[in-house]
Amino acid sequence: MTETTYREAIRQALIDAMQTDPDIILLGEEVGLYGGAYGVTKGLIDMFGAERVIDAPISEPAIVGAAVGAAMTGLRPVAELMYVDFAGLVMDQLANQAAKSRYMFGGQIGVPMVLRTQGGTGRSAAAQHSQSLEAWVMHVPGLRLVMPGTVNDAYHLLRAALTQPDPVVFIEHKGLYTLKGDLDPAVPDAPWGVPLVRREGADLTILTYSRMLQESLAAAEALAARGVEAEVIDLRCLNPLDETAIFASVRRTGRALVVTEAAVTGSVASEIAARVGEACFDWLEEPVLRLGGEDIPIPVAPALERGSIPDAALIAETALWLVRREAPAWA
Amino acid sequence: MTEARSNIAPVLRYAAMRRIRSFEERVGELFLRGQSAGSMLHLSIGEEAVVGMTDAMAPGDTFTTHHRGHGVFLARGADPARMMAEIAGKESGYCRGKGGSMHIADRALGHLGANAIVGGGIPHVVGAGLTYRNRRSGQISVAFFGDGAMSQGILYESMNMAALWHLPVIFCCINNQYGMGTRVDRSAGKLGFGGRAEAFGLIAAHAEGQEVEAVHHAARDLVAAARDGRPGFLEIDAYRFYGHARMDKSPYRSPEEEAEGRARDPLTTARARLAAEGLADAADLDRIDAAAAVEMDAALEADVAAAPPGLPTMFQDVYAPGTPAPRPQADRLRAVLSEAPR
Ligand SMILES: Cc1ncc(C[n+]2csc(CCOP(=O)(O)OP(=O)(O)O)c2C)c(N)n1
Ligand SMILES: [Mg+2]
Repeated sequence: MTETTYREAIRQALIDAMQTDPDIILLGEEVGLYGGAYGVTKGLIDMFGAERVIDAPISEPAIVGAAVGAAMTGLRPVAELMYVDFAGLVMDQLANQAAKSRYMFGGQIGVPMVLRTQGGTGRSAAAQHSQSLEAWVMHVPGLRLVMPGTVNDAYHLLRAALTQPDPVVFIEHKGLYTLKGDLDPAVPDAPWGVPLVRREGADLTILTYSRMLQESLAAAEALAARGVEAEVIDLRCLNPLDETAIFASVRRTGRALVVTEAAVTGSVASEIAARVGEACFDWLEEPVLRLGGEDIPIPVAPALERGSIPDAALIAETALWLVRREAPAWA
Repeated sequence: MTEARSNIAPVLRYAAMRRIRSFEERVGELFLRGQSAGSMLHLSIGEEAVVGMTDAMAPGDTFTTHHRGHGVFLARGADPARMMAEIAGKESGYCRGKGGSMHIADRALGHLGANAIVGGGIPHVVGAGLTYRNRRSGQISVAFFGDGAMSQGILYESMNMAALWHLPVIFCCINNQYGMGTRVDRSAGKLGFGGRAEAFGLIAAHAEGQEVEAVHHAARDLVAAARDGRPGFLEIDAYRFYGHARMDKSPYRSPEEEAEGRARDPLTTARARLAAEGLADAADLDRIDAAAAVEMDAALEADVAAAPPGLPTMFQDVYAPGTPAPRPQADRLRAVLSEAPR
């Protein structure tokens, strides 16, 4: 067990996987010489050579499409989309090609590839470089979707993604790259597809993932000081998603708050809230609540950007409101 | 064009280039002071000869730019103080602090928008070309983009449409030799981008980026042809003097290469040429430089210390005024938790 960063954990996962599986290639913009826009692939071109760490032109649809073809024919490509915002350019290759090949072709042609990308706010990068677009992916049958929120998960979920038979979209958060935490390369926190209780509590269940996990854990500490114990569940994988632990928790606490950074309308949080509502109706003391980003493009002004996204304080206030019906000042 | 105008024009183009250089230096300063909205600031230092293109455009012509578009917009008449305010994320900025450096626009000056998606603004000039063709308005529209966009499929779709429909459009590639850390010979299977444009039926031209007059010469011909329904492509061969964005120290290229690149300075070249041709002497040019410095110092101080936009403004401009706006989350939560019976 060593302390490292989210960024280093992902880099280490790529290195360890590439050393184990010679078919793994990296394909993307600035992944080689530059070392990745956020430094995740630093030095990998020196370790594995330019045939396996491939600097591509700024041609996202062809990058993802080429990854599809390489996956169809035996390689295991990791395509990199520098920002998830560029998903608009690649949705055909992702949603119509990668996602549907196995099904359309009667199970003959699988596409075992990983699309690594990163999203989220926090850098005043404005409307086209700050989005959280996981709902676009979750909506498409045929794609797997993973969003690690801890250092150990960053490593293990990527290693696991690189063993999957189907396309996996692996979305990192730009605000987590410097997050420090323990990495044990031998022991995953939980199996692939299984959510994890990161903090136990009896008063409400907070369901979240990615950077909002960290904010929710901080909120839970603040809540504890006010006498409210929140159970915080990290969803980790959004597809596949084993709901057993989620439903068990909500049935115990009777209250669920789903937290996401994405614009809340049509979000992953909406989907999770719907599943909880369906499955836990008779156990619920309160309506299932969603807390997310405002339904707006991300503004560049730092105060507006921050103000449009939940943080620990907002999560804690909303949780108190839910548990005790104590309305916060802004309500 | 009169003789006097043609004599003064190169001096004015020098002044326009100096204003860009001065402005960009102060954008760097804004960042160092921690007053810029974020660090995604892409300076156009080294690319000032784009003035040769903007100066060939007429009032009423429109354009789109890439993320490195400060220079183009300044040269098309932008108020540097409002630009600086936008880059600082202030309400007094061109886009009310919503867009920032990568998304400046101003309809009044024909700026249809800077874009942070490489290639994202290119097809918009095709659409603008349709408007001007159908309305017989005589306007043209110019897309400014980098060498990186030469790898985007949408450019080729756009060039084909422009040629097919005889649109009053120009595609202007500012080739600064790099897309982030990738030198252009590492992203293109074959160099010489004009050939690609010609293959689609466009008129292609190439100009050295340290020679603003050469750029202008090529641009004038392309503009005339475009107004006549013959679209064109101009490659300006320049050098990106500094890193990709403010944090990038360019470790992927050698100091020697940088020194060579920076020696291809359009401002130095213009000074020498203006002096040699007797159009301006060193004292004249120094006065121009000093005036630009004063103007841009003032722009730097004007609005950047102003208060940020108020939080409720975040819900404005998602949709048109007078139509339903996004519902703030607090309203929804209130409806669920305060208004519902227990
Ligand atoms: C579609 C898309 N892909 C990738 C990026 C990330 N990115 C931003 S600028 C840039 C390099 C662009 O190079 P170029 O077009 O030559 O413009 P320059 O920065 O040199 O002015 C890249 C890869 C992006 N913004 N949009
Ligand atoms: Mg470039």
